[in-house]
Amino acid sequence: MEIIEITGLRKAYGGRAAVDGVSFTVREGEVFGVVGRNGAGKTTTIECLCGLRTPDGGTLTVTGLDPRTDRAEVRRRVGVQLQDCSLPDRLRVGEALDLYASFYDRPADWRSLLEEVGLGSKRDTPFAKLSGGQRQRLSIALALVGAPRVAVLDELTTGLDPLARRETWSLIEQVRRRGVTVVLVTHFMEEAERLCDRVAVIDRGRVTAVDTPAGLVARAGGGQRVRFRGGPGADEVLRALPEVTSLSREGDMVTVAGQDGVLLAVTTALAACQIVPAELQSERATLDDAFLALTGRPAADPA
Amino acid sequence: MTTTDSPAVTRHRPSALRKVLLAETRLFLRDPATAFFTLVLPLALLLILGSAIPAFRQPDPATGERVVDIHLPSTMIMLAVATAAFSAIPSVLATYRERGVLRRLSVTPVSPATLLGAQLLLNLATAALAAFLTILSGHLVLGSLPPAAPAWFVLAFVLGVSALFTLGLCVAALVPNGRAAGGAGALAMFPLLFFGGLWLPRQLMPEVLLRFSDFTPTGAFAQAMHDSWAGQAPQPLHLGVLVAWTLVAGAFAARAFRWE
Repeated sequence: MEIIEITGLRKAYGGRAAVDGVSFTVREGEVFGVVGRNGAGKTTTIECLCGLRTPDGGTLTVTGLDPRTDRAEVRRRVGVQLQDCSLPDRLRVGEALDLYASFYDRPADWRSLLEEVGLGSKRDTPFAKLSGGQRQRLSIALALVGAPRVAVLDELTTGLDPLARRETWSLIEQVRRRGVTVVLVTHFMEEAERLCDRVAVIDRGRVTAVDTPAGLVARAGGGQRVRFRGGPGADEVLRALPEVTSLSREGDMVTVAGQDGVLLAVTTALAACQIVPAELQSERATLDDAFLALTGRPAADPA
Repeated sequence: MTTTDSPAVTRHRPSALRKVLLAETRLFLRDPATAFFTLVLPLALLLILGSAIPAFRQPDPATGERVVDIHLPSTMIMLAVATAAFSAIPSVLATYRERGVLRRLSVTPVSPATLLGAQLLLNLATAALAAFLTILSGHLVLGSLPPAAPAWFVLAFVLGVSALFTLGLCVAALVPNGRAAGGAGALAMFPLLFFGGLWLPRQLMPEVLLRFSDFTPTGAFAQAMHDSWAGQAPQPLHLGVLVAWTLVAGAFAARAFRWE
Protein backbone atom coordinates (compact mmCIF):
# COMPACT_ATOMS: atom_id res chain seq x y z
CA MET A 1 0.00 0.00 0.00
CA GLU A 2 1.23 3.47 -0.87
CA ILE A 3 1.18 5.58 2.28
CA ILE A 4 2.60 8.70 0.62
CA GLU A 5 1.96 9.72 -2.97
CA ILE A 6 3.56 12.80 -4.45
CA THR A 7 2.97 13.74 -8.06
CA GLY A 8 4.42 16.73 -9.91
CA LEU A 9 5.06 18.73 -6.73
CA ARG A 10 6.19 22.30 -7.40
CA LYS A 11 7.16 25.09 -5.03
CA ALA A 12 8.96 28.33 -5.84
CA TYR A 13 10.35 31.01 -3.56
CA GLY A 14 10.53 34.45 -5.12
CA GLY A 15 10.39 33.10 -8.65
CA ARG A 16 13.12 30.51 -8.08
CA ALA A 17 11.83 26.94 -8.20
CA ALA A 18 12.98 25.03 -5.11
CA VAL A 19 10.97 21.96 -6.08
CA ASP A 20 10.17 21.54 -9.75
CA GLY A 21 8.05 18.48 -10.46
CA VAL A 22 8.92 16.01 -7.71
CA SER A 23 7.07 12.68 -7.84
CA PHE A 24 7.51 9.54 -5.77
CA THR A 25 5.51 7.12 -3.67
CA VAL A 26 6.36 5.60 -0.31
CA ARG A 27 5.07 2.16 0.70
CA GLU A 28 3.71 1.45 4.13
CA GLY A 29 6.34 0.12 6.50
CA GLU A 30 9.44 0.94 4.48
CA VAL A 31 12.32 3.26 5.24
CA PHE A 32 12.33 5.64 2.31
CA GLY A 33 15.33 7.86 1.72
CA VAL A 34 15.26 11.29 0.14
CA VAL A 35 18.83 12.13 -0.81
CA GLY A 36 20.40 15.11 -2.47
CA ARG A 37 22.80 17.95 -1.85
CA ASN A 38 22.00 20.83 0.42
CA GLY A 39 19.58 23.07 -1.45
CA ALA A 40 18.41 20.34 -3.84
CA GLY A 41 14.80 20.69 -2.66
CA LYS A 42 14.66 17.91 -0.07
CA THR A 43 13.55 20.03 2.86
CA THR A 44 10.97 21.95 0.83
CA THR A 45 9.47 18.63 -0.32
CA ILE A 46 9.28 17.47 3.28
CA GLU A 47 7.79 20.76 4.47
CA CYS A 48 5.02 20.42 1.87
CA LEU A 49 4.47 16.85 3.06
CA CYS A 50 3.99 17.98 6.67
CA GLY A 51 1.68 20.83 5.71
CA LEU A 52 4.20 23.48 6.73
CA ARG A 53 4.27 24.90 3.19
CA THR A 54 1.55 25.10 0.57
CA PRO A 55 2.77 23.71 -2.76
CA ASP A 56 2.34 25.83 -5.89
CA GLY A 57 1.34 22.78 -7.91
CA GLY A 58 1.07 19.02 -8.03
CA THR A 59 -0.79 16.56 -5.84
CA LEU A 60 0.27 15.11 -2.52
CA THR A 61 -1.40 12.65 -0.17
CA VAL A 62 -0.23 11.21 3.14
CA THR A 63 -2.17 8.26 4.54
CA GLY A 64 -4.77 9.20 1.95
CA LEU A 65 -5.10 12.78 3.22
CA ASP A 66 -4.12 16.03 1.54
CA PRO A 67 -1.96 18.09 3.93
CA ARG A 68 -3.44 21.26 2.40
CA THR A 69 -7.02 20.46 3.37
CA ASP A 70 -6.57 17.96 6.24
CA ARG A 71 -3.68 19.71 7.90
CA ALA A 72 -4.79 18.94 11.47
CA GLU A 73 -5.29 15.22 10.89
CA VAL A 74 -2.04 14.92 8.92
CA ARG A 75 -0.23 16.40 11.92
CA ARG A 76 -1.72 13.71 14.13
CA ARG A 77 -0.64 10.91 11.82
CA VAL A 78 2.81 12.17 10.84
CA GLY A 79 5.58 12.58 13.39
CA VAL A 80 8.24 15.02 12.29
CA GLN A 81 11.80 15.66 13.34
CA LEU A 82 12.96 18.88 11.70
CA GLN A 83 16.39 20.33 11.14
CA ASP A 84 17.47 23.18 13.43
CA CYS A 85 14.68 22.72 15.93
CA SER A 86 15.52 22.65 19.59
CA LEU A 87 13.72 22.89 22.90
CA PRO A 88 13.96 25.45 25.71
CA ASP A 89 17.28 25.00 27.54
CA ARG A 90 15.76 24.36 30.94
CA LEU A 91 13.05 21.95 29.80
CA ARG A 92 13.84 18.45 31.07
CA VAL A 93 13.75 15.37 28.87
CA GLY A 94 10.79 13.75 30.64
CA GLU A 95 8.86 17.01 30.70
CA ALA A 96 9.35 17.51 26.97
CA LEU A 97 8.00 14.03 26.20
CA ASP A 98 5.11 14.37 28.64
CA LEU A 99 4.23 17.74 27.09
CA TYR A 100 4.36 16.50 23.50
CA ALA A 101 2.42 13.35 24.40
CA SER A 102 -0.41 15.57 25.69
CA PHE A 103 -0.84 17.00 22.17
CA TYR A 104 -2.15 13.70 20.80
CA ASP A 105 -5.33 11.70 21.30
CA ARG A 106 -3.66 8.31 21.57
CA PRO A 107 -0.01 8.93 22.35
CA ALA A 108 2.63 6.27 22.79
CA ASP A 109 3.80 5.55 26.34
CA TRP A 110 6.55 8.14 26.60
CA ARG A 111 8.32 6.41 29.49
CA SER A 112 8.98 3.25 27.50
CA LEU A 113 9.84 5.38 24.47
CA LEU A 114 12.43 7.12 26.60
CA GLU A 115 14.00 3.78 27.45
CA GLU A 116 13.87 2.68 23.82
CA VAL A 117 15.87 5.67 22.61
CA GLY A 118 18.37 5.10 25.41
CA LEU A 119 17.58 8.21 27.42
CA GLY A 120 16.03 6.44 30.40
CA SER A 121 18.68 7.80 32.74
CA LYS A 122 18.34 11.34 31.32
CA ARG A 123 14.72 11.84 32.25
CA ASP A 124 15.47 14.77 34.58
CA THR A 125 18.28 16.26 32.50
CA PRO A 126 17.65 19.72 31.05
CA PHE A 127 17.77 19.95 27.25
CA ALA A 128 20.84 22.23 27.37
CA LYS A 129 22.87 19.53 29.13
CA LEU A 130 22.29 16.86 26.45
CA SER A 131 24.96 15.95 23.89
CA GLY A 132 24.25 16.32 20.19
CA GLY A 133 23.46 12.61 19.85
CA GLN A 134 21.18 12.65 22.89
CA ARG A 135 19.31 15.66 21.48
CA GLN A 136 18.75 13.81 18.23
CA ARG A 137 17.49 10.76 20.09
CA LEU A 138 15.11 12.96 22.07
CA SER A 139 14.02 14.55 18.83
CA ILE A 140 13.25 11.11 17.37
CA ALA A 141 11.31 10.22 20.53
CA LEU A 142 9.29 13.45 20.19
CA ALA A 143 8.53 12.55 16.56
CA LEU A 144 7.26 9.12 17.71
CA VAL A 145 5.41 10.12 20.88
CA GLY A 146 2.15 10.70 19.01
CA ALA A 147 2.24 7.07 17.77
CA PRO A 148 2.36 8.26 14.15
CA ARG A 149 1.94 6.09 11.07
CA VAL A 150 4.67 8.01 9.30
CA ALA A 151 7.84 9.47 10.82
CA VAL A 152 9.71 12.11 8.86
CA LEU A 153 13.31 12.52 9.96
CA ASP A 154 15.20 15.42 8.39
CA GLU A 155 19.04 15.48 8.37
CA LEU A 156 19.11 13.44 11.51
CA THR A 157 22.84 12.85 11.81
CA THR A 158 24.27 16.10 10.47
CA GLY A 159 26.84 17.36 12.96
CA LEU A 160 27.02 14.12 14.95
CA ASP A 161 30.27 12.30 15.65
CA PRO A 162 30.65 8.83 14.10
CA LEU A 163 29.66 6.96 17.27
CA ALA A 164 26.52 9.03 17.82
CA ARG A 165 25.68 8.60 14.15
CA ARG A 166 25.87 4.83 14.44
CA GLU A 167 23.69 4.87 17.56
CA THR A 168 21.13 6.97 15.72
CA TRP A 169 21.16 4.53 12.82
CA SER A 170 20.40 1.56 15.04
CA LEU A 171 17.56 3.58 16.53
CA ILE A 172 16.04 4.08 13.09
CA GLU A 173 16.19 0.33 12.53
CA GLN A 174 14.22 -0.05 15.75
CA VAL A 175 11.65 2.46 14.50
CA ARG A 176 11.18 0.40 11.36
CA ARG A 177 10.55 -2.68 13.48
CA ARG A 178 7.68 -0.83 15.18
CA GLY A 179 5.98 -0.77 11.79
CA VAL A 180 6.25 2.98 11.37
CA THR A 181 6.92 4.16 7.83
CA VAL A 182 10.04 6.31 7.89
CA VAL A 183 10.95 9.06 5.46
CA LEU A 184 14.61 9.80 5.98
CA VAL A 185 16.06 12.96 4.47
CA THR A 186 19.82 13.00 4.22
CA HIS A 187 22.81 14.09 2.24
CA PHE A 188 24.95 11.24 3.61
CA MET A 189 24.94 8.48 1.02
CA GLU A 190 26.36 5.99 3.48
CA GLU A 191 23.39 6.61 5.76
CA ALA A 192 20.85 6.15 2.97
CA GLU A 193 22.61 3.03 1.71
CA ARG A 194 22.68 1.46 5.11
CA LEU A 195 19.14 2.29 6.30
CA CYS A 196 16.82 2.73 3.37
CA ASP A 197 14.73 0.18 1.51
CA ARG A 198 14.35 2.61 -1.37
CA VAL A 199 15.84 5.99 -2.14
CA ALA A 200 14.71 8.97 -4.20
CA VAL A 201 17.61 11.01 -5.56
CA ILE A 202 16.65 14.68 -5.76
CA ASP A 203 18.79 17.07 -7.75
CA ARG A 204 17.98 20.68 -8.62
CA GLY A 205 14.36 20.32 -7.54
CA ARG A 206 13.67 17.15 -9.52
CA VAL A 207 13.73 13.41 -8.86
CA THR A 208 16.58 11.85 -10.83
CA ALA A 209 15.90 8.24 -9.82
CA VAL A 210 13.92 6.14 -7.32
CA ASP A 211 15.18 2.66 -6.54
CA THR A 212 16.70 0.44 -3.88
CA PRO A 213 20.25 1.49 -2.97
CA ALA A 214 21.56 -1.62 -4.75
CA GLY A 215 19.36 -0.87 -7.75
CA LEU A 216 20.71 2.68 -7.96
CA VAL A 217 24.26 1.39 -7.75
CA ALA A 218 23.56 -1.17 -10.49
CA ARG A 219 21.80 1.46 -12.60
CA ALA A 220 24.87 3.63 -12.43
CA GLY A 221 26.88 0.72 -13.82
CA GLY A 222 27.99 -0.25 -10.35
CA GLY A 223 28.61 -3.85 -9.43
CA GLN A 224 31.84 -5.09 -7.99
CA ARG A 225 35.55 -4.84 -8.76
CA VAL A 226 38.08 -7.57 -7.86
CA ARG A 227 41.81 -6.84 -7.86
CA PHE A 228 44.70 -9.24 -7.28
CA ARG A 229 48.29 -9.95 -8.30
CA GLY A 230 48.90 -13.05 -10.32
CA GLY A 231 50.27 -14.47 -13.57
CA PRO A 232 48.35 -14.27 -16.85
CA GLY A 233 47.52 -17.99 -16.95
CA ALA A 234 43.83 -17.64 -16.11
CA ASP A 235 42.98 -14.38 -17.93
CA GLU A 236 41.08 -16.02 -20.77
CA VAL A 237 39.16 -18.27 -18.37
CA LEU A 238 38.16 -15.25 -16.28
CA ARG A 239 37.10 -13.21 -19.31
CA ALA A 240 34.80 -16.04 -20.35
CA LEU A 241 32.93 -16.06 -17.00
CA PRO A 242 29.32 -14.79 -17.31
CA GLU A 243 29.75 -12.63 -14.16
CA VAL A 244 32.74 -10.76 -15.59
CA THR A 245 32.22 -7.69 -17.73
CA SER A 246 35.84 -6.64 -18.18
CA LEU A 247 39.38 -7.56 -17.23
CA SER A 248 42.41 -5.35 -17.36
CA ARG A 249 46.00 -6.08 -16.46
CA GLU A 250 48.94 -3.84 -15.59
CA GLY A 251 52.00 -6.00 -15.07
CA ASP A 252 50.76 -8.66 -12.71
CA MET A 253 47.99 -6.46 -11.18
CA VAL A 254 44.65 -7.65 -12.51
CA THR A 255 41.38 -5.72 -12.19
CA VAL A 256 38.20 -7.65 -12.93
CA ALA A 257 34.87 -5.79 -13.06
CA GLY A 258 31.51 -7.45 -13.02
CA GLN A 259 28.14 -7.85 -11.39
CA ASP A 260 27.49 -9.00 -7.84
CA GLY A 261 28.93 -12.47 -7.39
CA VAL A 262 32.01 -11.76 -9.45
CA LEU A 263 34.31 -12.26 -6.48
CA LEU A 264 33.15 -15.83 -5.91
CA ALA A 265 33.27 -16.63 -9.64
CA VAL A 266 36.84 -15.28 -9.93
CA THR A 267 38.22 -17.07 -6.88
CA THR A 268 36.55 -20.35 -7.93
CA ALA A 269 38.00 -20.10 -11.44
CA LEU A 270 41.46 -19.21 -10.10
CA ALA A 271 41.37 -22.20 -7.75
CA ALA A 272 40.39 -24.47 -10.64
CA CYS A 273 43.44 -23.17 -12.56
CA GLN A 274 45.53 -23.68 -9.41
CA ILE A 275 46.53 -20.01 -9.35
CA VAL A 276 46.80 -18.38 -5.92
CA PRO A 277 45.91 -14.69 -6.17
CA ALA A 278 48.02 -12.33 -4.03
CA GLU A 279 46.67 -9.18 -2.37
CA LEU A 280 43.14 -10.16 -3.33
CA GLN A 281 40.63 -7.40 -2.66
CA SER A 282 37.17 -6.60 -3.82
CA GLU A 283 35.36 -3.30 -3.70
CA ARG A 284 31.75 -2.60 -4.28
CA ALA A 285 30.54 0.55 -5.97
CA THR A 286 28.71 2.60 -3.35
CA LEU A 287 25.67 4.82 -3.42
CA ASP A 288 28.13 7.71 -3.43
CA ASP A 289 29.46 6.49 -6.81
CA ALA A 290 25.89 6.03 -8.01
CA PHE A 291 24.91 9.51 -6.84
CA LEU A 292 27.84 10.98 -8.73
CA ALA A 293 26.89 9.06 -11.86
CA LEU A 294 23.21 10.05 -11.58
CA THR A 295 23.68 13.74 -10.89
CA GLY A 296 27.09 14.45 -12.36
CA ARG A 297 28.46 15.90 -9.12
CA PRO A 298 29.43 14.34 -5.80
CA ALA A 299 27.06 14.57 -2.86
CA ALA A 300 29.90 15.14 -0.44
CA ASP A 301 29.44 18.39 1.29
CA PRO A 302 31.57 19.65 4.13
CA ALA A 303 28.44 21.03 5.81
CA MET B 1 -9.14 0.43 5.95
CA THR B 2 -9.03 3.47 8.15
CA THR B 3 -12.17 2.70 10.08
CA THR B 4 -10.34 2.84 13.38
CA ASP B 5 -8.99 6.28 12.61
CA SER B 6 -10.93 9.26 13.77
CA PRO B 7 -12.44 11.49 11.11
CA ALA B 8 -10.51 14.59 10.17
CA VAL B 9 -12.16 16.94 12.60
CA THR B 10 -10.38 19.34 14.87
CA ARG B 11 -11.17 18.24 18.37
CA HIS B 12 -10.89 20.65 21.20
CA ARG B 13 -8.01 19.88 23.48
CA PRO B 14 -8.23 21.93 26.65
CA SER B 15 -5.35 20.00 28.16
CA ALA B 16 -2.76 21.19 25.61
CA LEU B 17 -2.89 24.84 26.69
CA ARG B 18 -2.88 23.76 30.32
CA LYS B 19 0.16 21.53 29.75
CA VAL B 20 2.01 24.21 27.80
CA LEU B 21 1.18 26.77 30.49
CA LEU B 22 2.45 24.41 33.17
CA ALA B 23 5.69 23.79 31.28
CA GLU B 24 6.21 27.52 30.66
CA THR B 25 5.57 28.24 34.33
CA ARG B 26 8.21 25.70 35.33
CA LEU B 27 10.68 27.24 32.89
CA PHE B 28 9.89 30.71 34.24
CA LEU B 29 10.54 29.58 37.81
CA ARG B 30 13.83 27.99 36.74
CA ASP B 31 15.04 31.30 35.31
CA PRO B 32 15.57 33.41 38.44
CA ALA B 33 16.63 36.54 36.53
CA THR B 34 13.24 37.05 34.87
CA ALA B 35 11.37 36.40 38.09
CA PHE B 36 13.69 38.79 39.91
CA PHE B 37 13.23 41.71 37.51
CA THR B 38 9.47 41.32 37.29
CA LEU B 39 8.54 40.36 40.83
CA VAL B 40 11.31 41.32 43.21
CA LEU B 41 12.88 44.48 41.82
CA PRO B 42 9.73 46.69 41.74
CA LEU B 43 8.80 45.49 45.22
CA ALA B 44 12.30 46.11 46.57
CA LEU B 45 12.40 49.58 45.01
CA LEU B 46 9.06 50.41 46.60
CA LEU B 47 10.21 49.37 50.06
CA ILE B 48 13.72 50.83 49.82
CA LEU B 49 12.74 54.17 48.30
CA GLY B 50 9.64 54.39 50.48
CA SER B 51 11.60 53.76 53.68
CA ALA B 52 14.85 55.56 52.84
CA ILE B 53 13.57 58.86 51.49
CA PRO B 54 11.72 60.78 54.22
CA ALA B 55 10.26 63.26 51.71
CA PHE B 56 8.27 60.38 50.14
CA ARG B 57 6.42 60.04 53.41
CA GLN B 58 5.61 63.76 53.81
CA PRO B 59 2.03 64.69 52.88
CA ASP B 60 1.74 67.06 49.94
CA PRO B 61 0.58 70.39 51.44
CA ALA B 62 -2.02 70.84 48.67
CA THR B 63 -3.56 67.35 48.51
CA GLY B 64 -2.45 65.69 51.72
CA GLU B 65 -1.25 62.76 49.61
CA ARG B 66 2.16 61.15 50.27
CA VAL B 67 4.36 59.85 47.43
CA VAL B 68 4.27 56.39 49.01
CA ASP B 69 0.45 56.43 49.02
CA ILE B 70 -0.24 56.20 45.30
CA HIS B 71 2.53 57.50 43.07
CA LEU B 72 5.30 55.16 44.21
CA PRO B 73 3.31 51.89 44.33
CA SER B 74 1.44 52.54 41.07
CA THR B 75 4.70 53.44 39.32
CA MET B 76 6.29 50.23 40.58
CA ILE B 77 3.32 48.24 39.25
CA MET B 78 3.83 49.95 35.90
CA LEU B 79 7.52 49.01 36.06
CA ALA B 80 6.64 45.36 36.71
CA VAL B 81 4.16 45.28 33.81
CA ALA B 82 6.65 47.01 31.50
CA THR B 83 9.41 44.56 32.49
CA ALA B 84 7.18 41.60 31.67
CA ALA B 85 6.08 43.25 28.42
CA PHE B 86 9.42 44.49 27.09
CA SER B 87 11.95 42.20 28.69
CA ALA B 88 10.37 38.81 29.43
CA ILE B 89 7.94 38.40 26.51
CA PRO B 90 10.15 39.52 23.59
CA SER B 91 13.24 37.66 24.71
CA VAL B 92 11.39 34.39 25.36
CA LEU B 93 9.42 34.50 22.10
CA ALA B 94 12.36 35.65 19.97
CA THR B 95 14.54 32.91 21.47
CA TYR B 96 11.84 30.31 20.84
CA ARG B 97 11.54 31.45 17.24
CA GLU B 98 15.30 31.63 16.69
CA ARG B 99 15.85 28.15 18.08
CA GLY B 100 12.99 26.50 16.21
CA VAL B 101 10.84 25.82 19.28
CA LEU B 102 7.85 27.43 17.55
CA ARG B 103 8.60 25.65 14.27
CA ARG B 104 8.85 22.35 16.13
CA LEU B 105 5.39 22.93 17.61
CA SER B 106 3.89 23.79 14.24
CA VAL B 107 4.32 20.18 13.04
CA THR B 108 2.31 18.84 15.98
CA PRO B 109 -1.48 19.05 16.31
CA VAL B 110 -0.95 22.03 18.63
CA SER B 111 -0.43 25.46 17.08
CA PRO B 112 2.53 27.57 18.21
CA ALA B 113 -0.15 30.16 19.03
CA THR B 114 -0.83 28.01 22.10
CA LEU B 115 2.68 28.71 23.32
CA LEU B 116 2.27 32.42 22.66
CA GLY B 117 -1.02 32.37 24.58
CA ALA B 118 0.63 30.53 27.46
CA GLN B 119 3.42 33.11 27.61
CA LEU B 120 0.91 35.98 27.70
CA LEU B 121 -1.13 34.29 30.44
CA LEU B 122 1.98 33.51 32.46
CA ASN B 123 3.20 37.09 32.23
CA LEU B 124 -0.27 38.41 33.06
CA ALA B 125 -0.23 36.25 36.18
CA THR B 126 3.25 37.45 37.08
CA ALA B 127 2.30 41.09 36.64
CA ALA B 128 -0.88 40.59 38.68
CA LEU B 129 1.14 38.92 41.43
CA ALA B 130 3.63 41.80 41.35
CA ALA B 131 0.75 44.29 41.65
CA PHE B 132 -0.80 42.36 44.53
CA LEU B 133 2.51 42.13 46.41
CA THR B 134 3.20 45.83 45.81
CA ILE B 135 -0.20 46.88 47.15
CA LEU B 136 0.04 44.50 50.09
CA SER B 137 3.55 45.40 51.20
CA GLY B 138 2.95 49.11 50.59
CA HIS B 139 0.01 48.81 52.95
CA LEU B 140 1.85 46.75 55.58
CA VAL B 141 5.19 48.56 55.53
CA LEU B 142 4.49 52.08 54.34
CA GLY B 143 0.91 52.47 55.50
CA SER B 144 -0.47 53.21 52.04
CA LEU B 145 -4.09 52.26 51.34
CA PRO B 146 -5.17 49.81 48.64
CA PRO B 147 -6.86 51.28 45.54
CA ALA B 148 -10.04 53.04 46.63
CA ALA B 149 -11.94 52.13 43.45
CA PRO B 150 -10.87 48.48 43.01
CA ALA B 151 -13.08 47.71 40.00
CA TRP B 152 -11.76 50.73 38.09
CA PHE B 153 -8.26 49.83 39.19
CA VAL B 154 -8.62 46.29 37.83
CA LEU B 155 -9.94 47.68 34.55
CA ALA B 156 -7.04 50.13 34.31
CA PHE B 157 -4.60 47.33 35.11
CA VAL B 158 -6.05 44.95 32.51
CA LEU B 159 -6.09 47.63 29.79
CA GLY B 160 -2.56 48.73 30.69
CA VAL B 161 -1.31 45.15 30.57
CA SER B 162 -3.04 44.64 27.20
CA ALA B 163 -1.45 47.75 25.69
CA LEU B 164 2.06 47.08 26.97
CA PHE B 165 1.99 43.32 26.24
CA THR B 166 0.84 43.84 22.65
CA LEU B 167 3.64 46.40 22.24
CA GLY B 168 5.99 43.76 23.63
CA LEU B 169 4.70 41.37 20.96
CA CYS B 170 5.59 44.00 18.34
CA VAL B 171 9.15 44.04 19.68
CA ALA B 172 9.19 40.21 19.54
CA ALA B 173 7.96 40.36 15.95
CA LEU B 174 10.62 42.84 14.84
CA VAL B 175 13.79 41.50 16.44
CA PRO B 176 15.80 38.76 14.72
CA ASN B 177 16.84 36.80 17.83
CA GLY B 178 16.75 36.55 21.60
CA ARG B 179 19.86 38.66 22.19
CA ALA B 180 18.55 41.54 20.08
CA ALA B 181 15.24 41.32 21.95
CA GLY B 182 16.87 42.46 25.21
CA GLY B 183 18.29 45.63 23.65
CA ALA B 184 15.24 46.45 21.56
CA GLY B 185 12.97 45.87 24.56
CA ALA B 186 14.99 48.27 26.70
CA LEU B 187 14.99 50.82 23.88
CA ALA B 188 11.19 50.74 23.88
CA MET B 189 10.78 50.45 27.64
CA PHE B 190 12.86 53.32 29.04
CA PRO B 191 11.32 56.20 27.02
CA LEU B 192 7.88 54.77 27.79
CA LEU B 193 8.67 54.61 31.49
CA PHE B 194 9.77 58.23 31.32
CA PHE B 195 6.41 59.26 29.85
CA GLY B 196 4.74 57.12 32.48
CA GLY B 197 6.36 59.31 35.16
CA LEU B 198 8.99 56.95 36.54
CA TRP B 199 11.61 59.70 36.85
CA LEU B 200 9.45 62.81 36.64
CA PRO B 201 5.98 62.32 38.15
CA ARG B 202 3.19 63.33 35.78
CA GLN B 203 2.00 65.96 38.27
CA LEU B 204 5.34 67.75 37.85
CA MET B 205 5.47 67.48 34.05
CA PRO B 206 5.23 70.71 32.04
CA GLU B 207 1.90 71.11 30.27
CA VAL B 208 3.21 70.12 26.80
CA LEU B 209 4.93 67.04 28.12
CA LEU B 210 1.85 66.06 30.12
CA ARG B 211 -0.39 66.38 27.02
CA PHE B 212 2.02 64.16 25.10
CA SER B 213 2.24 61.71 27.99
CA ASP B 214 -1.57 61.38 28.00
CA PHE B 215 -1.35 59.71 24.60
CA THR B 216 1.45 57.31 25.45
CA PRO B 217 0.45 53.85 26.73
CA THR B 218 2.45 54.28 29.93
CA GLY B 219 1.23 57.83 30.61
CA ALA B 220 -2.38 56.74 30.18
CA PHE B 221 -1.77 53.62 32.26
CA ALA B 222 -0.12 55.57 35.10
CA GLN B 223 -2.90 58.17 35.23
CA ALA B 224 -5.70 55.58 35.04
CA MET B 225 -4.13 53.66 37.93
CA HIS B 226 -3.58 56.86 39.90
CA ASP B 227 -7.19 58.01 39.44
CA SER B 228 -8.71 54.68 40.43
CA TRP B 229 -6.33 54.36 43.38
CA ALA B 230 -7.56 57.74 44.58
CA GLY B 231 -11.14 56.52 44.26
CA GLN B 232 -12.12 58.22 41.01
CA ALA B 233 -13.17 56.78 37.68
CA PRO B 234 -10.25 56.98 35.23
CA GLN B 235 -10.67 59.53 32.46
CA PRO B 236 -12.22 58.10 29.29
CA LEU B 237 -9.28 59.63 27.41
CA HIS B 238 -6.78 57.38 29.19
CA LEU B 239 -8.86 54.21 28.90
CA GLY B 240 -9.44 55.00 25.22
CA VAL B 241 -5.71 55.56 24.65
CA LEU B 242 -4.95 52.14 26.17
CA VAL B 243 -7.59 50.41 24.02
CA ALA B 244 -6.30 52.19 20.91
CA TRP B 245 -2.70 51.14 21.57
CA THR B 246 -3.83 47.57 22.13
CA LEU B 247 -5.72 47.49 18.83
CA VAL B 248 -2.97 49.14 16.78
CA ALA B 249 -0.12 47.17 18.32
CA GLY B 250 -2.14 43.94 18.24
CA ALA B 251 -2.93 44.35 14.54
CA PHE B 252 0.71 45.11 13.77
CA ALA B 253 2.02 42.18 15.79
CA ALA B 254 -0.47 39.79 14.19
CA ARG B 255 0.71 40.84 10.73
CA ALA B 256 4.43 40.98 11.49
CA PHE B 257 4.96 38.04 13.82
CA ARG B 258 6.54 34.98 12.20
CA TRP B 259 6.69 31.51 13.71
CA GLU B 260 10.07 30.84 12.11
